[in-house]
Amino acid sequence: MRLLISTALTTLVAGSALAGETIIGIDIPRLNVVEYHKPYVAFWLESADGSKVVNLAVWYDTKLKDNEGTKWLKDMRQWWRRTGRELTMPTDGLSSPTRPPGTHQVVFDSNAAPLKELVPGNYQLVIEAAREVGGRELLRVPFEWPPKAPVSLDVKGENEINGVTLKLTP
Amino acid sequence: MNQASRKYFKLALIASAVSVLSASAHAHRTWLLPSATVLSGKEQWVTVDAAVSNDLFYFEHNPLQLDNLSVVAPDGSSVAPENMAKGKYRNTFDVKIGQPGTYKIMVLNQGVFANYKLDGQTKRWRGKPEQIKTDIPANATDVKISEVQGRIETFVTSGKPSDGVLKPTGVGLEMVPVTHPNNLIAGEKATFRLLLDGQPAAGQSIEIVPGGIRYRDKLNDMKATTDESGTFSVTWPAPGMYWMNSSIQDNKSRIENATRRAGYTTTIEVLAP
Repeated sequence: MRLLISTALTTLVAGSALAGETIIGIDIPRLNVVEYHKPYVAFWLESADGSKVVNLAVWYDTKLKDNEGTKWLKDMRQWWRRTGRELTMPTDGLSSPTRPPGTHQVVFDSNAAPLKELVPGNYQLVIEAAREVGGRELLRVPFEWPPKAPVSLDVKGENEINGVTLKLTP
Repeated sequence: MNQASRKYFKLALIASAVSVLSASAHAHRTWLLPSATVLSGKEQWVTVDAAVSNDLFYFEHNPLQLDNLSVVAPDGSSVAPENMAKGKYRNTFDVKIGQPGTYKIMVLNQGVFANYKLDGQTKRWRGKPEQIKTDIPANATDVKISEVQGRIETFVTSGKPSDGVLKPTGVGLEMVPVTHPNNLIAGEKATFRLLLDGQPAAGQSIEIVPGGIRYRDKLNDMKATTDESGTFSVTWPAPGMYWMNSSIQDNKSRIENATRRAGYTTTIEVLAP
């Protein structure tokens, strides 16, 4: 089961993951642009050879009438090709609204779906962000599952994502 | 004419013959250009430009006539194009993409052309096979009849790509994708098969030209040749719209004493990885 923790609460637990917790952090930049839309963001896991894909979260504009926000899901083009086009949105436990600039965390219980079913091995956390009338960026964080000791991994972005952190605790 | 000028004359003749040949093979490309090929969301539209031009994909010569336009939905049903408009350089129409899966948008030009001599004058005729006997006078000489089977296609997918519209009809030159035409990514290899009258078209040459010709010096075209099974592959050098064409001339017309020209053209979009 997945928990979304607000920014205020997040700062309390940042850096101190509980046992069996997997925390993904994303820093969405504040951009000085004339027309700003909050980015669509997809989070998923890929096995090292790319053969297996596990969806973790999808942030898109869920508030438009008639689910019209689905029109831009394809702009997260790698996610769309890997798995997005096979799904129906919204999906319970997967999709939720877009987030404003700032840091956000998505927390997973390693002993619950979907992480519980993860076969031990090498994986990549993939995060793809696409912004309407803006750019697109994709970051990858390689990791080994399950973690043998607490791990904290950082990957910096350039344009649409300031950075991503992945914290794993055995 | 001295030796040197004679040689030059001969060369000039060869050159003009070659240019006539290549002109007939390459002059004026026909195409359908969809506004998008990969869509998400439950009800979308694409708008399509139809044109005949030299450079891809620019409107600078003639519109492509849409009398023989048809659109097939993923479930095999026929979709009526909407908002058809005729322009000086291009015709356009919209297609409602209301089903998940792959749509095929095509212009199928089939007809018969004839040249003949009557009372010393050269006449040209076009029409349908059953009109040949009544329209071409019995005393006509030097009758040359050619049947044309031209297929111009493009594909659009909403959601997950589907295969329903990709089945061949068995008439003329057709492409059967091995790699789905809406699943093409720069840097990856795509494989297609060409069929002639439903059979593998072996040894068939294909020309592939990336769009955006106006902004570069070289055509950057790629050539491929089909193997015994009619199969060929191409590795996409960059994202963008590509024009792919192949044609053949043979004597396998259904019409007596006629030659047959079959052509296949498709516009496909290659996305960034």
